Amino acid sequence: MSERSARVGLTRDEMAKRCALDIPDGAYVNLGIGIPEGVATHLSKSREVIFHTENGLLGMGPPPEVGAGDPELINAGKHQVTANPGAAYFHHADSFAMVRGGHLDLCVLGTMQVSASGDLANWSTGAPNAIPAVGGAMDLVAGVKTVYVITQHTTHDGEPKLVESCSYPLTGVGVVDRIYTDLAVIEVVEEGFRVVELSPGVSFEYVQERTGARL
Amino acid sequence: MIDKEVASVAEAVADIFDGATVMIGGFGEAGSPIELIHALIDLGATDLTVVNNNTGNGEVGLAALLKAGQVSKMICSHPRSTNSTVFPDLYRSGRTALELVPQGTLAERIRAGGAGIPAFYTPTAVGTPLEEGMERRSFDGRDYLLARGLSADFALIKGRSADRHGNVVYNKTARNFSPLMAMAAKTTIVQVSSVVPAGEIDPEVVVTPGIFVSRVVAVADPAHESVLVAEGVSYP
Repeated sequence: MSERSARVGLTRDEMAKRCALDIPDGAYVNLGIGIPEGVATHLSKSREVIFHTENGLLGMGPPPEVGAGDPELINAGKHQVTANPGAAYFHHADSFAMVRGGHLDLCVLGTMQVSASGDLANWSTGAPNAIPAVGGAMDLVAGVKTVYVITQHTTHDGEPKLVESCSYPLTGVGVVDRIYTDLAVIEVVEEGFRVVELSPGVSFEYVQERTGARL
Repeated sequence: MIDKEVASVAEAVADIFDGATVMIGGFGEAGSPIELIHALIDLGATDLTVVNNNTGNGEVGLAALLKAGQVSKMICSHPRSTNSTVFPDLYRSGRTALELVPQGTLAERIRAGGAGIPAFYTPTAVGTPLEEGMERRSFDGRDYLLARGLSADFALIKGRSADRHGNVVYNKTARNFSPLMAMAAKTTIVQVSSVVPAGEIDPEVVVTPGIFVSRVVAVADPAHESVLVAEGVSYP
């Protein structure tokens, strides 16, 4: 699609930066793998946010200096991280008690599709030869109080990722609160998708044309 | 006198039998008991059901156990890996079955299995394809699924240090599933970098109390999966 190559909307990094603006001081937050990981680097220094990684760490810090890491101090994406002062380690049952028990304030996830009723599909394309892998995504959306999604507005082929109903297998039903795309910030409300903010230089009509449901 | 220390990894795993269910600690390489897994490969027990979050990397540790054809079924949450085709090939050819379980449900099933709880309700996976075969029930206006506790014949786990009673402390995020698996297995085998005298581990910081541990074996300088994979090591 020639249109896609034209520089319209936010970059991946700018999407993470925009989302970071909405993370409140004092929040306990889980960041998914991919673009959401970038949110941590854009938080204002004036806010203290505690990052949870479901493999057993609260108070996750940035990646270690080269050569200073520990292969047994990693995040859910299996990359080496650090532990901030005040961090805590715990086993998986405690970690998912934090998740399912509603103790985490917010999670930010990537996605393949989101429906107008907030259904999320981010773990499998359902292709017959694919190796199914779910990880902690279904637990996060079932238990975390607020679920944000960061995603490109459309697929590489220009297909909408915000749709009337998901064609991919679901991760959770009616779980998504807000979506940050390259084109807009969109809330999921009773009536469906509601545009909260358009990216600079992007019109409502442009977003509507690239969305699989009425805005 | 209680002394759970055994002399070698070979001795530690010697009674693992064909058809056993074996829980293996670790999340990715963090907490993976590579030396115990390699001893299990040397032992050659087959038709194993293995419980782990993943399916290993490269051709060492869990991936090597799979490659050796010893595993007939994996129970895990995330069997994909960026640098191993061992499990995908086995799965696609039908040689190793897969029970896919959401990570938190997997952890709680293991915890329940070790805590005498046969089943529990969880909100995870309601309305998704993984609900299939599970009973749904509503509590206080919300739907939940009934998940079964999970126990095992053996658990292979890795700690930082332990004493002769089997009290274990772990290293950072290497803890992950191991304390749960230690509870859920009939025989729990722990490899640690150092075996310390009883009393040296502060009772306030013991993570896995010795009652959950059957055997302790010292592996002074354990290998790291990522290092072995980078070196192109293929076990055996």
